[in-house]
Amino acid sequence: MRKRFTLKFLSNGAGPYFLAVIFLVASMLFALSIGTVSIPISDILFIIGREVLHLPVDTTAYSMNANIIMNIRLPRVILAGLVGASLAIAGAAFQGLLRNPLADPYTLGVSSGASVGAVLTLFFGISIPRAGGFTLPVMGVVFAFITIMLVLLFVRAVDPAMKVESIILTGIIFSSFLGAVISLFIALTGDELRAIIGWLMGSVSMRGWNYISLLLPFFLFGSLLLLLNGRELNALSLGEERAHHLGVNTRSRKLVILIGGSILTGAAVSVSGTIGFVGLVIPHLTRMLWGPDHKHLLPLSILTGGGFLILADLAARMVASPVELPIGVITSVVGAPVFAAILMKKQRERRGMKHA
Amino acid sequence: MLKVDRLAGGYTSGNVVENISFKVQKGEFFGILGPNGSGKTTLLKMLTGVLPFSAGEVRYNEKSIKDYSPKELARTVAILPQLSSQNFSYTVREIVTLGRYAHQRGLFPQISAEEKEYIEKVMEKTGVQRFRNQSIHSLSGGEQQRVFLAQALAQKAEFLLLDEPTNHLDLSFQISLLDSLKHWTKEQGLTVISIFHDLNLAGLYCDRLLLLEQGKVRMIGLPNEVLKEEVISSVYQTHVKKQSHPAVPAPQLALVPDKRHAAQGVIETNMLQIARNHILVKSPFPLKTLASGVIGAGNGWFKNFLNRHVDKNYACMDHKNDMKDYIRSSGLEVSETIGMMTAVILEDECHCFYENDGFSVLIVVTAGVGNSVDAARSYCHSGEMKPGTINIWIFVNGTLSDEAFIQTIMTATEAKSKAMADLDVIDQITGTIATGTSTDSIMVAATQQGEFLQYAGPIAPLGRVIGQGVYEMTSAAIRKSRRRHNR
Repeated sequence: MRKRFTLKFLSNGAGPYFLAVIFLVASMLFALSIGTVSIPISDILFIIGREVLHLPVDTTAYSMNANIIMNIRLPRVILAGLVGASLAIAGAAFQGLLRNPLADPYTLGVSSGASVGAVLTLFFGISIPRAGGFTLPVMGVVFAFITIMLVLLFVRAVDPAMKVESIILTGIIFSSFLGAVISLFIALTGDELRAIIGWLMGSVSMRGWNYISLLLPFFLFGSLLLLLNGRELNALSLGEERAHHLGVNTRSRKLVILIGGSILTGAAVSVSGTIGFVGLVIPHLTRMLWGPDHKHLLPLSILTGGGFLILADLAARMVASPVELPIGVITSVVGAPVFAAILMKKQRERRGMKHA
Repeated sequence: MLKVDRLAGGYTSGNVVENISFKVQKGEFFGILGPNGSGKTTLLKMLTGVLPFSAGEVRYNEKSIKDYSPKELARTVAILPQLSSQNFSYTVREIVTLGRYAHQRGLFPQISAEEKEYIEKVMEKTGVQRFRNQSIHSLSGGEQQRVFLAQALAQKAEFLLLDEPTNHLDLSFQISLLDSLKHWTKEQGLTVISIFHDLNLAGLYCDRLLLLEQGKVRMIGLPNEVLKEEVISSVYQTHVKKQSHPAVPAPQLALVPDKRHAAQGVIETNMLQIARNHILVKSPFPLKTLASGVIGAGNGWFKNFLNRHVDKNYACMDHKNDMKDYIRSSGLEVSETIGMMTAVILEDECHCFYENDGFSVLIVVTAGVGNSVDAARSYCHSGEMKPGTINIWIFVNGTLSDEAFIQTIMTATEAKSKAMADLDVIDQITGTIATGTSTDSIMVAATQQGEFLQYAGPIAPLGRVIGQGVYEMTSAAIRKSRRRHNR
């Protein structure tokens, strides 16, 4: 009886959210606890209780650890969480909208756009007055936004109906072109090579709270746009015409979803570089666990994506410690085999079905 | 009411359909027909608002489709498109629930109990309830089609547009789907507009049909008017034959394949095999046949023609199955065989081959007049069935029209009666001249090759031969039979 109840609870309604939140919180605690200095979880809870929630807890004994948590690990963990969440929800939305399980947040060339912005900044040593150290992420967001606008304008010019196929093709064209631009700068560069490559491979280290406050508004706004379109994404993932038949205003909804996803992707890429596979694998796994209904898939992807990237960042720190690996390497090393496994399982299922 | 007025449109390369005008009344079942590339799907896409049109007007309930908001349109018009593959494995329930999209309001609408009930109702109607928690991918094409029908019905729209709805469905579901649609048009005033690939299904269910040809209306009208041999043959560039449905009053079209490779030949006297127990004609190819008799009665195509001798006291309760067993034991296929019975001694059979301009006829008669009846006074008889006594076979090497088949039967019957009258065959009960016996059988089989013979009335060329031939052979057979009895 109890087991059945548990199963039902876990597969329906609040169950998936419960599990996903536990996963996220556990990942955060692990990432905060593990490091060159190991900090017990109870201490972490005390520190956060005092520093964040201003509870009257006496933590003078932990002042050293409090410094590590509050100034180094917590911002890093939160930034990793936000980036992972942004990429995962954007990936889930793009996959649904483009009806293509192979789509990811980078399909439309947004990441290449952001990268071009960042590489330009590094190459020319640009510094926007007042933005100062933020020049790079700001440039990234700006370029990401310019890119998505160009992509959409181009699609609209070629295909007024803005069919999904045209959007994907345009994305590929822009990605290739912008990728070539990046390669050009890499070829021309001298001293900044390491900085550029390092940035391209992605990292969330040593960014501090400022980057979080830069990313957070984009994350909230982009996520809100997508979360409001859960049912529309369900309809659109059945096919554009079908969505139209069901009463979805396909053109405006598509535009809103594209903009929401691009804002998330552009902002994430700008603060952390291109981190691959998160936006591809996480929505897949989440869909496999709890079904494709976007009303739940989107919020769950936020939770699982955040948790996943926090763990990936932990691995990036710890695997070859004290050397820190680029986080993109970790996500790809983990993501590619997982994705291959998913693909194999799906193909086997499909073949099995045909035999039946 | 749907009103389409001088509609034109298509893709950037030019108009696919032009100048289309028609009206569909509430509760009507309206079919759209046309060969591949005639613009059926393009027209349907314009009716659903997916494809903009370049000229003309589409009005649902007197309101232009352009003035409907997307949700409002979805509440008025529901569409069941052709099945396409799905990338995500939604459950059946999730898919059907999406059909309620246009009825939901607010940013995060909750599904009310009423909504849930309605969703359950449409799932029940379409028979997908038992799959409700299964993934769409685990279902067969036909089952998926029904799930999307449930989704369309969940929209609770007044108009239902379908694009070849019976694709992917096996026979029983084709019929049950169309029966349900028909029922809903009558009961709930649902207006159905459907593209049909299958002309016969369209003829069975539609109140009216629209036939498209190269993007233009070729014809709009009742199924009987549209499904005409000459119209369909010219639009579809295919040879078809119209016939009536055997069970319900609906037009049906039969495809006629290229006959170049059909076996050729004529039926000749030397094909007649007379044995002690039966007379058999084995044709090398099927003949079009109109017959009465124990096996193979009615219309059909048959290769073997068997007249079996049984004892005059033969009394089998299940003579049909007995006959089938006999046919099988003779090494013949029952479905290719016409089987008759007679108590007549088979060596008394009479046959003759008549040749004429362009056609020839083989007539085979077995006759015994033991239980002769005057048809005009047959009410005096008890109605007991005895083995047939005059069996007439008429093989025609020629192409007969439907009326020629019937006239052949008439002419032959008249000739038979005349032969009996001239030989003074008396009905033993009434004491009057008999017109036949109580269980006579007749059969006309034509090769449907060579000369076309439109008529077989008594003075038509074919009728003359048949009248004369049947008269002569029947007379001869009766004389032989009498001689045997008098011996």
